[in-house]
Amino acid sequence: MNSAADKILEEKKHLPEVDLAETAFPSEGNNGVPVTLIEPGRGWAALQLSALWQYRELLYFLVWRDLKVRYKQTVLGVIWIVLQPVVGMIVFSFLFGGLLKVPSEGVPYPIFAYAALLPWNYFAGALTRSSNSLVGSAHLISKVYFPRLIIPLSAVFSGLADFGIAFLVLIGLMIYYRITPSLAIVFLPLLILLAMGTALGFGLWLGSLNVRFRDINYIVPFMVQIWMYLTPVIYGSSLIPAQYRFLLGLNPMTGVVEGFRWALLSQAAPPSTVFGPIFAISIMMVIIILITGLFFFRRTERTFADIV
Amino acid sequence: MTDITIQIENISKLYHIGQAQRRHDSLREALAATLSAPLQRLSRTGRENGIHSDDSFWALKDISFDVHQGEVVGIIGKNGAGKSTLLKILSRITEPTIGRARILGRVGSLLEVGTGFHPELTGRENIYLNGAILGMRRAEIDRKFDEIVTFAEINRFLDTPVKRYSSGMYVRLAFAVAAHLDPEILLVDEVLAVGDAEFQKKCLGKIGDVASKGRTVLYVSHNMSSIQSLCNRIILLSGGMKIFDGPTAAGLDKYLSIVEQISKQQIGSREDRLRGEQFRFLSVEFLDPHTLSPYSNLITGQSVLIRVGYENTGGEVIKGTDIGIGFRTLVGTYLFACRSAAVGATIDIPPGKGSTECLLPKLPLKEGTYTLSLAARKGNEGLDQLRDATSVQVVGGDYYGWGILPGSGEQGVLVEYAWKSDH
Repeated sequence: MNSAADKILEEKKHLPEVDLAETAFPSEGNNGVPVTLIEPGRGWAALQLSALWQYRELLYFLVWRDLKVRYKQTVLGVIWIVLQPVVGMIVFSFLFGGLLKVPSEGVPYPIFAYAALLPWNYFAGALTRSSNSLVGSAHLISKVYFPRLIIPLSAVFSGLADFGIAFLVLIGLMIYYRITPSLAIVFLPLLILLAMGTALGFGLWLGSLNVRFRDINYIVPFMVQIWMYLTPVIYGSSLIPAQYRFLLGLNPMTGVVEGFRWALLSQAAPPSTVFGPIFAISIMMVIIILITGLFFFRRTERTFADIV
Repeated sequence: MTDITIQIENISKLYHIGQAQRRHDSLREALAATLSAPLQRLSRTGRENGIHSDDSFWALKDISFDVHQGEVVGIIGKNGAGKSTLLKILSRITEPTIGRARILGRVGSLLEVGTGFHPELTGRENIYLNGAILGMRRAEIDRKFDEIVTFAEINRFLDTPVKRYSSGMYVRLAFAVAAHLDPEILLVDEVLAVGDAEFQKKCLGKIGDVASKGRTVLYVSHNMSSIQSLCNRIILLSGGMKIFDGPTAAGLDKYLSIVEQISKQQIGSREDRLRGEQFRFLSVEFLDPHTLSPYSNLITGQSVLIRVGYENTGGEVIKGTDIGIGFRTLVGTYLFACRSAAVGATIDIPPGKGSTECLLPKLPLKEGTYTLSLAARKGNEGLDQLRDATSVQVVGGDYYGWGILPGSGEQGVLVEYAWKSDH
């Protein structure tokens, strides 16, 4: 036992030290062969984001597969992507804008709702897909090695295509209502990133748990539905008394949704003095969820192949 | 020392039966378990760390060996011996519980043909997808694309969704992608069990090519003749332990003696089966169809009644069961099978023990030793499957009734034929 360990240690002196992440693809510049070390993992593992970078092409292909497959057999294809937020907008405009007279802060209610539904639908889709992604890829996980993180990541990325198409409708609406975005539109990519981070962070938690507890499959749709009402999608955060408004920030999607209105419709969002703290809390929340999610995922991923 | 490419030190893998059987716990069970855990822990304190508790088993126990560059190592053993677990650990799909391994060089593992193939995508698209999944870069796939297509012989169907492919085409394409992975170390698990004979030959040739280029290959198979032709070393696993490591010929002898030994065991208590939860095979007997007395030896050309005993351990009648008996040579070459459903007999099996019979009016096996495998399925669902359930000795006989014994050189089957001469 000891002699075996000694032998390995002895061996180690002669072999080039190469990071585990290098093993997937040999890196030419690294004078020598890649070395894979297989050991039982203990406790919290390092994130190994460089391994992820090595496999970026797989990420690309998985996203590409998702998109191809999703639209290959649907007759209406692109129309489905547009239909979902548009119908949502019409229904909400009638119910909340028309009947209940929910204030829409100076812009027409339809575009007020659509600007929020756009990131929300992306988020809801990305969260649902990433939560189911590991279980859905069980056959891959049990037969091939690659950084498992690729799977939920591809689920989050593949939703962006739908988002892009639905965004075109928003531009149409803005032209129709003659709304010109303010300079704040430069923050839009950051907001999208925030939505992706939120979806990924929660997706990592739920996806890992789902491998073990299939209950998650049932919980997610339910959770998404309730979450939408807790997020100012069909109403504005100005409905909430000012002193409690920061609480909304605990939900990172509040920052995203209100941020979208602010960036695109400028006059629609509450003054930045109020909005600022919400946004800051939202960003903090995303970072916390994402980092804990990543570590939880890394900790549990080594048993995925045994359970899934 | 420098040419050691794989170094395996004391690798062991513990599986919890809970993980395997109750594939996914429900949240409710987990909560209940958490609440009752302190009590369980109390009652378990006597045992070592709880690691040897009843609901776990060692799929691999203390496996150590080195593989040198250019070696082609066959890993053999019965079902459940730990072969696949070992390859899964070396391909980093699952982690060992104890021990470590060190691999030098790029690893390509082929545990299944066509992993990640998507039926809706075309052949072309799947080549890229599957290539990326196996660890190839896009530029690399671009470069090898034509070679892959030629190898798979699917040129005309390149832009057809693979769901429209015949199973042969599908397997050809899948193997073609994997075969062009071109790693320094190739791990292959029984992928050649599929596909037609000609293609199998081609695949074996390709694996042989890889080996002849000084690459290292670890090859798992039940097919001893392919092991024989490819490998220069054999590692024999049994019950998760390494029981032999050495040259191919000696390894095969050892394996065959184990197969013969195992096939003398009580069928009902064998654990190297697939499934076998609600339905289990118990016995195989060879009877004289007229007197129903058992034969001790079989003779080529005689009529044989094979009686297969089984037990339905569930509480309900299993309707429409298809029972099959497969015949193989001792080295594992598949010869033929007699499936009940193929001749219109699906069997309803009431709870308890019972048996069913298959009549071979004229035993077509030449002189030699053969193994029988048993399988029962209901629709697409396998009920029980047991490889090498029993072995049987066949004595050469006058199959054609002309007073001439057919040559006994190679084992195999005889067929009926007529010969016409125009003189």
